Amino acid sequence: MSLTLTVNGKSHTVDVDPSTPLLYILRNDLGLQGPRFGCGLGQCGACTVIVNGVATRSCITPGSAVKGDITTLEGIAKGGKLHPLQQAWIDEQVPQCGFCQNGQIMTAKALLDKNPKPSDAQIREGMNRTLCRCMSYYRVQAAIKLAVKVMAAQDAAAEKEVVA
Amino acid sequence: MSTFAGIPKHVEDVLQSVGTTSRRSLLKSAGLLVVSLAAGTGPITTRANAQTSAVAGPYPDIDFHQVDSWIVIHEDNSATFYVGKTDCGQGTGTSFRQIMSDELDVAYDKTTCIMGSTDITVDQGGSGGSTAMERDSWPMRRVAAEARRVLLQMGSQRLGVPVDQLAVSEGVITVKGDPTRTVTYGQLIGGKRFNVALTGADINATTGVAPVKPVQELKNVGLSPQRYDIPPKVDGSLKWAVDMKLPGMVHARNVKPPVAGAKLVSIDESSVRGMPGFVKVVSKGNYVAVVCEREEQAINAAKMLKVNWEKPSAAPFPSSENLFHYIRDAKPTSSLKPIVVGDPETAFADAAKVIEADYDIPYQGHTAFSGAHALADPSNGLMTIYSNDMKSYGMRRGVAEFLGIPREKVRVVWMEGPQGFGRTAAEDAGCEAAYLAKEIGRPVRVQWMRSEETAWDTKAPAYAVTVKGALDAAGNLVALDYNARAADYNHVGYNEADTVLIAQLMGIRRAKPAEGNAAVPSEMYAIPHRRMEAHVVSLPMVWETPLRTGNLRDPNGEQSTFASESFIDELAAAAKADPMEFRMKMLTAGSDDDSVFRRARSIAVLKAAADAYGWDHRPSPKPRGAGEILTGRGMAYAFRGQTIVAEIAEVEVNVRTGRVWVKRLVCAQDCGLVVNPRSTRHTAECAMLHALSRALHEEVQFDNERVTSVDWISHPTLTHADVPEQIDVVLVNGDPHPNRPDLRPFGAGEAACKPMLPAVANAIYDATGVRLRRVPFRAPRVLAALKTAKV
Repeated sequence: MSLTLTVNGKSHTVDVDPSTPLLYILRNDLGLQGPRFGCGLGQCGACTVIVNGVATRSCITPGSAVKGDITTLEGIAKGGKLHPLQQAWIDEQVPQCGFCQNGQIMTAKALLDKNPKPSDAQIREGMNRTLCRCMSYYRVQAAIKLAVKVMAAQDAAAEKEVVA
Repeated sequence: MSTFAGIPKHVEDVLQSVGTTSRRSLLKSAGLLVVSLAAGTGPITTRANAQTSAVAGPYPDIDFHQVDSWIVIHEDNSATFYVGKTDCGQGTGTSFRQIMSDELDVAYDKTTCIMGSTDITVDQGGSGGSTAMERDSWPMRRVAAEARRVLLQMGSQRLGVPVDQLAVSEGVITVKGDPTRTVTYGQLIGGKRFNVALTGADINATTGVAPVKPVQELKNVGLSPQRYDIPPKVDGSLKWAVDMKLPGMVHARNVKPPVAGAKLVSIDESSVRGMPGFVKVVSKGNYVAVVCEREEQAINAAKMLKVNWEKPSAAPFPSSENLFHYIRDAKPTSSLKPIVVGDPETAFADAAKVIEADYDIPYQGHTAFSGAHALADPSNGLMTIYSNDMKSYGMRRGVAEFLGIPREKVRVVWMEGPQGFGRTAAEDAGCEAAYLAKEIGRPVRVQWMRSEETAWDTKAPAYAVTVKGALDAAGNLVALDYNARAADYNHVGYNEADTVLIAQLMGIRRAKPAEGNAAVPSEMYAIPHRRMEAHVVSLPMVWETPLRTGNLRDPNGEQSTFASESFIDELAAAAKADPMEFRMKMLTAGSDDDSVFRRARSIAVLKAAADAYGWDHRPSPKPRGAGEILTGRGMAYAFRGQTIVAEIAEVEVNVRTGRVWVKRLVCAQDCGLVVNPRSTRHTAECAMLHALSRALHEEVQFDNERVTSVDWISHPTLTHADVPEQIDVVLVNGDPHPNRPDLRPFGAGEAACKPMLPAVANAIYDATGVRLRRVPFRAPRVLAALKTAKV
């Protein structure tokens, strides 16, 4: 059986059983490293990718069930420039081991794409099912708040440019 | 994207050619170059070729008595440091670069650090015990200082000027007073060997003749350069151990016994033989694994494989509900010699007030974020294991012994993985992958599934502790009696060939299981009369059990400190004293101190914590507030090794739901010399939250045949919603001579775990007047305690 998937803007056809979880297709057939196996149960978020704007747990999503564009951690930088969340992660020195950070960053991206100015409570709520066993949570929340500020400033600058 | 994108260079080298890495090639070819050194004073020798000695395989131990094994200087004046450590996410690699570039006098930005791969780095044991700076940075510093000394001598020859008339900065040697006359390290030795021998009875004692610099002359130490490992971790470019792939590799999954101690009766291989990608069922004793071409095929086949098991005739352990009764009634397998100070019996008899309390801490697991994993390559009769084992050198020895092959034929390529915290030093998958690869004759990748890891990983021992204290009429603590029991018999070591789980399941038994440990409190209180006892007890089943104990971050420290520092708070309350002042009084009462001034530094740390928090001096509990949310603050203090920590937790307790939210945390820590303040603060912050997770959520639950807490629902952990609103970490230098040029670094990885459990319990008591003596403080348990106390 073959499946055709669009990942980070490129189309790929892979020869796998259609029930194969998307995670293994991305990792083992397409060679992507961002999404990770953490629990295989959809409980931790390590495998998160964005499908049509929605943070999706690829470990419990059969490849055949994916209808739409898939974005992985490798696909959120644009034009050689890190996504503001990735840059904020560096500026805040977020990770300890870093194994869960794919899930943290991709879940945060889906959150900010829907709600560019979340409150602290909305960040806690939106991120709550995305786990970290090194407990980098405090830094993750700080980095999201930093990225929100940076992105708002960028938007304001872009608007000013258009007006000018 | 990042300058460190892609595969780590040393891993790339390994991939290019089995048995020949560029590092090894350099060592080998450069060995033929005899660098003539007329340096004179040092024990400089030349070595013809390190590779000529007879060894049983191509991966001999790296000779730590050679500068070349630690430092390579390149023609572009950059340097690579090879250290025998692994970085579990605390940023130690960055700190090693800081401290070594300082001693060598090269630019920090022109250095890289290679860690943990056994065929290219010296064996410093990998990570563990928070020893990165305290112990292992010393040989690194001394070797770098020696390399600098040799380079200055070479520079002196080249420039024709005595060494004392030379200056060096960022790898450029300049004649003092004549800045036009320079030579770089790269020009002197780039790409060539030093051929300089070192001395020292063991790797920790490795030294040349050059002294290390006084602390005041270290320029990068004390700064906080960003961790070099973070950019490739956030752009997805870093290749982790889980990402490693080899041509022809297959995937394996284990089939664990359904209950502890079950014996394998038969396997019906026909249940999986027709499944897609099926390769083989591998089984020996009670160890069973299924191997398939693709990962998801192995997962499915392991689920489908029909295996007949026979349950053991006797229950392997009591259920987690009955655990503490069992521990308190069991006959100890070993006991610490009681520590007695003064005359506790008389002091208790004469006391104005005696109080006593029992504390229970359950088994708590590592529950690493991803299951144990490794990829083993058996090509060419050798064995290469790609692993995140934090003690990769121990894994190499363990695998060689387990397979019965010379360790010179085994190497472990260390790559990053989830956490460390002790589990990845005793992580099982390396020996499993190596065994399976040898059986199959192809590279095999094995990974534990979530339920397997949570149920069967190594556990921190459960503790049952009874503490008794005597107060005099003035409310002074005059006698303390501490008695701990830890269920820690047959504590698993680090990838030992006879205790690793696959060996246990295959029926291998060491004659004498490890005794295990039970800890006593670590504080500097001046208490005139004391008696401290600690005993180890065993569960009924010792081998092939998921309740096998191993080192978990700050082993034993959190359990013993929960009991001791909760009890100090109970005593303070009984004396109607402020808990901070009650402790401070016991610290200042003594006049003596130890060689690292732990008493003086404890006083400084308590004061710093109180100042950072804005401690309100009053006894606990505070007058109970009205409404659904009660607030309070609690503190605790301990030392771990030479590092002193005091923590303050501010909590909100919801009396309707029983939920505890720690709203604010303060940590004051004196870990001596701080190499990278930002990394150190972040490490303390995460260590506190890890301990907070153990305080609020974590418990291994089991019936009397299997572990029942197996995933993130049945084994909850801290989440984003639990995170404090504010965390402050204050780094303290409480040394009586704070500017000493020989200020030493102490362990900073685990100490901040230690006081957190009692700090939270003490804060809950302050808020509610209810004392929680059983960990964890999950909402139903808190609610039940509040109801019992009619709060």
